[in-house]
Amino acid sequence: MVEGVLEINDGNFEAEVLKADGPVMVDFWAPWCGPCKAIGPIIEELSGSLGDKIKFTKCNVDDNPATPSKYGIRSIPTLIFFKNGAVADQIVGLVTKSKLEEIINTIS
Amino acid sequence: MQNVDYDLVIIGGGPAGLTAGLYAARARLNVVLLEKSVTGGQIIVTDWIENYPGFPEGISGIDLTGRMSEQAKRFGLEIETEEVLSLDCSNKVKKIELGDRTISTHTIIIATGASPSTLGVPGEDDFYGKGVSSCATCDGPFFSGAVVAAVGGGDTAVQESIFLTKFAKKVFLIHRRNELRASKILQERAFANDKIEIVWDSVLTGIYGAKTGVTNITIKNVKTKDTSELAVDGCFIWVGIQPDSGFLGDDIKVDDYGFIIVNDRMATSVPGVFAAGDGRSTPLRQIATAIGDAAIAAVSAEHYIENL
Repeated sequence: MVEGVLEINDGNFEAEVLKADGPVMVDFWAPWCGPCKAIGPIIEELSGSLGDKIKFTKCNVDDNPATPSKYGIRSIPTLIFFKNGAVADQIVGLVTKSKLEEIINTIS
Repeated sequence: MQNVDYDLVIIGGGPAGLTAGLYAARARLNVVLLEKSVTGGQIIVTDWIENYPGFPEGISGIDLTGRMSEQAKRFGLEIETEEVLSLDCSNKVKKIELGDRTISTHTIIIATGASPSTLGVPGEDDFYGKGVSSCATCDGPFFSGAVVAAVGGGDTAVQESIFLTKFAKKVFLIHRRNELRASKILQERAFANDKIEIVWDSVLTGIYGAKTGVTNITIKNVKTKDTSELAVDGCFIWVGIQPDSGFLGDDIKVDDYGFIIVNDRMATSVPGVFAAGDGRSTPLRQIATAIGDAAIAAVSAEHYIENL
């Protein structure tokens, strides 16, 4: 798998997330959201250390309203963990790095 | 002196922790700051701060704490992403248990702050992130043209309700008393804002909705005992804060609400352990008070180490 966080959009969400081979994490964020900016570096860091276990992606909710709306997202940051096209776990708000590692190790 | 990993360990990376770190780094203490998530603390969710001196036009929470962090790092403060699981302060050398190791230190500054309180009403947990929120800057834009409820009457509730009117067409501000506690300038702005309707003497009793999110709430008038229902798309809850002090143990004295009791030197009941910021028992919780506490705490820690 690739290191780094892949920017996805409404157009390629199905291909990159739902139909992906392994588990995928989507970070729903927006430039106006303070906690989103704060959590960004943690996710970047994890994509380096756990990039072989899960695919890391992010989705700008301003530019891509359809996907967050489909999943009923009304708070960001929201992190959704997908496995075989289904939601395996979901976290709203700031989260610790260790909690994220725990979730990733559980679902992958 | 015994061999220890650090002179000082600061727990928490909000304004208090970062300020203590700045002072300690400049005092050339062997110091580390531990932050479980990201530095900045509660104010990273604050859209605009107008009461922190030195920024006449105001500044966003994330920018302000970003600057504090940068300033402390410039003087060599080491910041680690670590969650503290427990403290052992039974000996002169204190031990701090982290996920993967235990570190030892002469002194500790607890600057772990607080988190928004919850009400414990039906639906609050179920709809968290699906209409229930405590962060207007994060979630306000999802409520464009919508009707939302806000609960509370302090500075945060009033300021954030005003912010919400940038997006929502209507904000019901539900407050349990017949007057607001928020500062007068914020009250004036709220009263002048025709999108804000204050529902006095009322408490939130339940949040209801469908799979897509919140659709309505129930409220109760505390004077008449009448209950009513409001159709809203979101419900923001700002009813005060609770201390993040679960790791403290029994040695460090706290008040009835769990906030740490300190003296005028920010010293707790345990010698060598200090506290600063929102997590301590104090009549006012502001950035300005947190950084004042932190400067005192850092200098107190320095004096304590000098006298070992």
